[in-house]
Amino acid sequence: MTHIVQQPTSESTDSPDRGPDEEFYTWTGKARRWMLKTLPPDKLLPETQPSYVASWIYVFGMGAIASLVVLIVSGVVLGLNGPSWWHLSSFGHFINSTHLWSAEFFFLFMVVHLWGKFWMASWRGGRLLTWITGVVAFAASIGAAFTGYLVQTNFESEWISYQAKDVVNATGIGAWFNLANVGQMFMWHIVLLPLAVAAIVALHVLLVRVHGVVAPIDAADTDTQLRDAVIPELHDKADK
Amino acid sequence: MHALLATVMGDSSPTYLGWGVFTIQIGNFIIISVMIVLFVLALVLPFPAGRKRK
Repeated sequence: MTHIVQQPTSESTDSPDRGPDEEFYTWTGKARRWMLKTLPPDKLLPETQPSYVASWIYVFGMGAIASLVVLIVSGVVLGLNGPSWWHLSSFGHFINSTHLWSAEFFFLFMVVHLWGKFWMASWRGGRLLTWITGVVAFAASIGAAFTGYLVQTNFESEWISYQAKDVVNATGIGAWFNLANVGQMFMWHIVLLPLAVAAIVALHVLLVRVHGVVAPIDAADTDTQLRDAVIPELHDKADK
Repeated sequence: MHALLATVMGDSSPTYLGWGVFTIQIGNFIIISVMIVLFVLALVLPFPAGRKRK
């Protein structure tokens, strides 16, 4: 027996007039419903921000992300040319210095961002997972920076790897995570840890967009995300 | 060439600052000082006004 299923028309599938009561049967449809409910486009890419964001203490997170972009781009150039290229090429030396200084600025901005958010108690208002992803991103970044020291292919990297080897051996994972194995450390530094840092930072940013930028502790209750404060008079007052 | 060689060999000797039992390498001292100064300035400096919304 053959069941004939009518093909859905374009009106029924692509209609922009889908209401909130629409039923979803597939995992893709359910995932889309969850994503649109959790992070609608106007929240993901907002047109405006609360007035309290106009403060220098709010710029350091984006400063860290900008540094991370430069860090990844310079790292890609270094990785494509191999671990010893920068010793022999002036351009390679420049790219290596760019990689070093973007890492310095990444950590510098990230630490000031951390201080600002810590003293603001930024885990308030259901933002605990945002705080935790920030902590995990910091920890993963330390691992990425450490393995970066180990793949410089100079005497400094050799010194650091043999000093730290004793520490790692004492934890019991030295036989598997061998700091003196430059090939293994190179793989961790250019593949696994950058992917981990990028993924955690992306999740961190998405969570910031879901919950909104945390307000200062003494901020007025009305000065919340503009999505919630839809009274136009409030925005006019904030602008003046 | 010597500077390049020194970088490759990693033979630059760091300078340390010390107060009693506390010792810190000067590079770390500068970075931490810059972070503290940036943090304080971010709290006290006024943020430039943005475009007026309609």
